[in-house]
Amino acid sequence: MSGPRPLVEVRDLKMHFPILGGILRRQVGAVKAVDGVSFDIQPGETLGVVGESGCGKSTVGRAVLRLYEATAGSVIIDGEDIAAMPAEKLRRKRPTMQMVFQDPQASLNPRMTVAGIIGEPLDEHTDWPRAKKLERIYELMDAVGLNRDFANRYPHAFSGGQRQRIGIARALALNPKFIVCDEPIAALDVSIQAQVVNLLERLQDEFGLTYLFISHDLSMVRHIADRVAVMYLGKIVEMAPVGVLYDAPRHPYTEALLSAVPEPDPSLEARKDRIVLKGDVPSPANPPKGCNFCTRCPRVMEICRDIDPETVQIAPGHVVACHLVTQHQTTGATGGTEAEHPKHQQGEVL
Amino acid sequence: MHDGAVPVLDVRNLKTVFSTRSGEVHAVNSVSFDLRPGELLGVVGESGSGKSVTMMSLLGLLPSPPAEIRGGEVWLGDTDLLTLGEDGLRKVRGREVGFVFQDPMTSLNPVFTVGFQLTEPLRTHLGMSKTRARERAVELLELVGIPDARRRLGDYPHQFSGGMRQRVMIAIALACDPKVLIADEPTTALDVTIQAQILELVKELRQKLGMAIIWITHDLGVIAGIADRVMVMYGGQVAEHGPVRELFANPAHPYTRALLQTMPKIHGARDAKLRVIEGQPPVMGRHPESCPFMARCAHAFDRCARENPTRRDIGAGHDVACHWDHRTGEPVQDLAEVAS
Ligand SMILES: Nc1ncnc2c1ncn2[C@@H]1O[C@H](COP(=O)(O)OP(=O)(O)OP(=O)(O)O)[C@@H](O)[C@H]1O
Ligand SMILES: Nc1ncnc2c1ncn2[C@@H]1O[C@H](COP(=O)(O)OP(=O)(O)OP(=O)(O)O)[C@@H](O)[C@H]1O
Ligand SMILES: [Mg+2]
Ligand SMILES: [Mg+2]
Repeated sequence: MSGPRPLVEVRDLKMHFPILGGILRRQVGAVKAVDGVSFDIQPGETLGVVGESGCGKSTVGRAVLRLYEATAGSVIIDGEDIAAMPAEKLRRKRPTMQMVFQDPQASLNPRMTVAGIIGEPLDEHTDWPRAKKLERIYELMDAVGLNRDFANRYPHAFSGGQRQRIGIARALALNPKFIVCDEPIAALDVSIQAQVVNLLERLQDEFGLTYLFISHDLSMVRHIADRVAVMYLGKIVEMAPVGVLYDAPRHPYTEALLSAVPEPDPSLEARKDRIVLKGDVPSPANPPKGCNFCTRCPRVMEICRDIDPETVQIAPGHVVACHLVTQHQTTGATGGTEAEHPKHQQGEVL
Repeated sequence: MHDGAVPVLDVRNLKTVFSTRSGEVHAVNSVSFDLRPGELLGVVGESGSGKSVTMMSLLGLLPSPPAEIRGGEVWLGDTDLLTLGEDGLRKVRGREVGFVFQDPMTSLNPVFTVGFQLTEPLRTHLGMSKTRARERAVELLELVGIPDARRRLGDYPHQFSGGMRQRVMIAIALACDPKVLIADEPTTALDVTIQAQILELVKELRQKLGMAIIWITHDLGVIAGIADRVMVMYGGQVAEHGPVRELFANPAHPYTRALLQTMPKIHGARDAKLRVIEGQPPVMGRHPESCPFMARCAHAFDRCARENPTRRDIGAGHDVACHWDHRTGEPVQDLAEVAS
């Protein structure tokens, strides 16, 4: 793709956690939490990341910000390779990339005041005088809609939504360009979620922020994201602009995931032909042979249990890793041998 | 309440109060509802609205102090559970009323095998022999779709995935063939794909076993998919109640209406900006004379501060506790009261 250079470029990122065993605590295996993930994010864009618990969403977010040392791959943010950056240079780069965490309760130090929490990054990365710091703290509190009078209160005196605002204010303190939001609304009540999402969107418009928005709430991701990556067992199985992904998904996992979302409309629910996946997600320490999704895929074919599908681009900005799609493409190109394996389309259901 | 069938469970004016250092919390404030044979009643409401405390009150599961049941009746058949002592209640729990709770304290015990936890109620409540109880336990695990059930009886809870543990909990709740199953957010912690499995299971079990179910959730989508009737709770009270289609088609309470609008949709047009319900949940019992939703309500007027609304019938089995008339957009004129 042409156009401006992406702010974030991730190539073949891998994060394998060692499994230690035996008396010598030697490495006996690896949890392939992230296993070859590539994506770009344009400046000012929001890339949503969805997928079931344990599929590697948080690990991607952390590895991209180099809160983990990745096993392999490159992460280029604003033209600089984060993964290979020496420690001191990384420290200076830190302010431009921040993270907002899921649990507002756990991520705030209970013994620090709100002003202390929001100002902590300023203490660490600037030598501003006190008055200037305080001015900035007030500015940030205004930006996220916290009353300035609360500056000297402690986190326990706030509701979940307010605590999440404190976390967001802190993330904004040093004028970052890129923020990883890891389930920023999951711990909040439905009536409060919309407040926080609207805030994130307003701040994005105001400050030109770029987001990696991790969530298992598919409806909320549809609302906030420009493009969406669907992860399964450490890999991106499909990535597309939000409209395409929700209206015309191509990967059977994306289809199943979307079909599982209950809709607040009884007449739709009654008509819905839901795809219910059997079984659980396999362990990332022991992924199946072939395609990672082959043990649960309702449309599994013989080849799927054998060969891991390539990720192919089927339209500008739309990539899929599935043999159904690859087969379709190649058969289309060679003049159609589609009739050869018609039975396999049905597959067997586990 | 409305149609002919004799309810299996009939709760009237239940009141539960917690005494805390900062005063009384009116967690359940005159809640009434009934449950008819074979139906599924969905209960929704935001965090802290009193859903769990309501159900724990009627099963006598709240420690007192700090909890005190200050009034009401809970009819299960012709017994008022609130008049039973702990011994009587113990016979009801797990036997006539099965429950699956969100509270990990009342969920699976990590130190006992799943087989033990399944056979224990069968032996104590139904006096089954060890071998009969084991056979029934295998049946139950198969019923909730656990493969290789016989072998898995010897496994401990941690050897099961989250979705499977929830199936086991449902199996335990069903062990003694209860008349009523109370499920408190049994799928909230699960992935949507696993939630879909559990919801399918519940639909199937209802057809097979025909028990009446109370299903608590904060997800209106889940309610839309499985409930026959819905009760919306706010601030320890019933804000609105009605048949599922009627309530979703004609939501009458400003809270329900706002809630339906704050949720982004998975299909259809994308909203530029999400609607929000401004403000914070209420402190329960601080202003008992006012409507608990008043401070966040777009339609509140002076009467809402003076008088906590009671439920009024608006037809089609639908009632709402609100002084504002969603049909006219004006304050309610006449004072038709719902007999609940
Ligand atoms: N520090 C670690 N050491 C070993 N394994 C880890 C570590 N962190 C994560 N994992 C494993 O890596 C996999 C991916 O975890 P991750 O937290 O990224 O998932 P996730 O998609 O964010 O899930 P959730 O939706 O539950 O937050 C999981 O199997 C997890 O157990
Ligand atoms: N032991 C207690 N002491 C004081 N207040 C309590 C106690 N237990 C519950 N409450 C209060 O009772 C109210 C109702 O709580 P309940 O657990 O029923 O809410 P809920 O609707 O089930 O919420 P959630 O969706 O978060 O589970 C809350 O305001 C809660 O703070
Ligand atoms: Mg995570
Ligand atoms: Mg609860």
